[in-house]
Amino acid sequence: MNQEVEQSPVVLSVQHVAKSFRLPTEQASGLKQAFLNWARGIKGYTEQQVLRDITFDVHQGDFFGIVGRNGSGKSTLLKIISQIYVPEHGSVQVNGKLVPFIELGVGFNPELTGRENVYLNGALLGFSREEIDGMYDDIVAFAELEEFMDQKLKNYSSGMQVRLAFSVAIKAQGDILVLDEVLAVGDEAFQRKCDNFFSEVKKDPTKTVILVTHSMDSVKKYCNKAILIKDGEIIESGDKDTVADRYTLENVAVKPSDAKQPSDDENDEVEKYPAGLNERVPFLKVWPISEQLSDGEQPFRFEVEYEFHEECPFYLAISLIDRKRGGVVCDSGSVRMFKTGRQRVRFNIPVASFNNSDFKLLVSLRVDGATPEGPTDMVAFTNEENSCSFAIRNAKNKDYALISERVLDFVQE
Amino acid sequence: MAQVVKSLRDRYRYAIVVFKELVKTDFQLRYQGSFLGILWSVLKPLMLFAVMYVVFVRFLKFSDGTPTFPISLLCGTCLWSFFSESTSMGMMSIVNRGDLLRKIHFPKYIIVASTTMGSMISLGINLLVVIVFGFFAHAQFTWRVLLVPFSILQLYAIGLGLALVLATLYVYFRDVAHIWEVVMQALFYATPIIYPISMVSERGYGWAADLLMLNPVAQTIMDIRHNLLAPQYTPTVWTMIQNPFIRLIPYALSVFILWLGVHVFRKRQSAFAEVL
Repeated sequence: MNQEVEQSPVVLSVQHVAKSFRLPTEQASGLKQAFLNWARGIKGYTEQQVLRDITFDVHQGDFFGIVGRNGSGKSTLLKIISQIYVPEHGSVQVNGKLVPFIELGVGFNPELTGRENVYLNGALLGFSREEIDGMYDDIVAFAELEEFMDQKLKNYSSGMQVRLAFSVAIKAQGDILVLDEVLAVGDEAFQRKCDNFFSEVKKDPTKTVILVTHSMDSVKKYCNKAILIKDGEIIESGDKDTVADRYTLENVAVKPSDAKQPSDDENDEVEKYPAGLNERVPFLKVWPISEQLSDGEQPFRFEVEYEFHEECPFYLAISLIDRKRGGVVCDSGSVRMFKTGRQRVRFNIPVASFNNSDFKLLVSLRVDGATPEGPTDMVAFTNEENSCSFAIRNAKNKDYALISERVLDFVQE
Repeated sequence: MAQVVKSLRDRYRYAIVVFKELVKTDFQLRYQGSFLGILWSVLKPLMLFAVMYVVFVRFLKFSDGTPTFPISLLCGTCLWSFFSESTSMGMMSIVNRGDLLRKIHFPKYIIVASTTMGSMISLGINLLVVIVFGFFAHAQFTWRVLLVPFSILQLYAIGLGLALVLATLYVYFRDVAHIWEVVMQALFYATPIIYPISMVSERGYGWAADLLMLNPVAQTIMDIRHNLLAPQYTPTVWTMIQNPFIRLIPYALSVFILWLGVHVFRKRQSAFAEVL
């Protein structure tokens, strides 16, 4: 089956596409500003490289996923594929009729009836009246809006509008469908219909779908190939599961570019220490030892590195945070430390009893409070970038509850 | 070769489909929610005409003394409404349809063309009114009526050309809207609509009258009046200017404006989606 797909013709070929945008630094949508900028010799904008050297092929029959975090450039890529933007370098070759859905219901007008909107929307997607006549009944039936087609669109509920738009989108007889995060619409019954539709399209070897989404479930369910984009580059491509897992990791891990380098920072004095740290505790960080994408079978091992020079009793307190459901899962309390200076201490936490989730390890460094019996005072803590994130993904785990039913379950009396 | 022909036809087909649908929608929405609906297409120029007639013909005595002057005034008003509407609405059209441009790829000139075509439909209705009124207002319908479509085509070309230039400029500089408003006001007074061109020439400004006639809009309006209503009474660039080359200037200008519009628009259109 996979072999067959490999040999099918290329319907979309993206070669070395690069794109940068000019971000205006000053309000320049007026003649005066344009003239002043010109006279003073300033450009009035900064260039931002959104995509650099993107290359991939999509074959006929593929269900192709494009994933990436917000701002990674995937929407720009989609617009270039749909020929809305012109790439600076490189080329995009499309064979067949490409129907783009950057947004559902392009050109929908609230003052027109549902019927008129279907024809208008269809025309913008490149279908003549006769062609839409042919698919009209299908569209209406799929949207389940038979009684409402002669009502003005402004009298539709927002869910109805989306249903209508989505029906036009998927009933449109294009060869290549480009869909941008449109799966999460409609009520449950409608979702199920969409689900069926996607499963059908997936089987149809003549249809190609390019899907941009944040939902790794959809990627794993429908796609047969995917790419992961980060900072305008493809950092993972090919197998959908690898891409989906890598994406999950990207989301829990902190981008290295975020880590501040005080030496080349302009505000050297002000921002000498990142949030949570200070001159008493210039360094406190949690390092992962185990893989950050864990299957949960083994305890998660990590290391806390700190720097503290005062000769008084001090403690580390570690909390495990559940990022998906929120809340502190467990807390170590104050653990007495004895070595001063720059030190590394190893810990581990068994995670086998958890279902799939994303976690964060927060550490704070504490000293005795005013009275030794009372609560300890926090001197430093790890901020987002000094904390350690990890995720548990295992096929045998469920997603809903935090604690697995293997460990904790209700017992009927 | 066959591939090229096929792809050309495909591209063309899409443009026509979108064009038809946009014209239809625009026209449907134009009088949306108004009580009299499409009737306004007829009423508006008539009411404008009534105001001008009372002010300029009755009170200020602007007239060339011919019996067809009132109907000429009505005709001129309709033609001017078309020109002013097509250019100013065409100018806004790209920006107003920005949501479409950002989300779908299609020939962008269609937006401008469909907007100006909407004004053209109004003009068609208005001209029907002019013709009907013409029967009661001493209009001389002769074989020359057959020449009118050419002049209307010319007027459309001027309107479309200017709309394309203005729409392109308006994407980058919103000031254009205000500038154009003033220019239109100036052009309106520079065009013999509310006053007869003879009023200028009779007062010893013959050169000024000739100059005004070189404005392609004035030339077209006078041509249409001449051919449609009063070949006997309406002077045109043909009757006023003897030099055959100077006569051709307004026609050449019309072609130039259309070429300029298409050229400027085509050069800039690929960036519209990013700028908007």
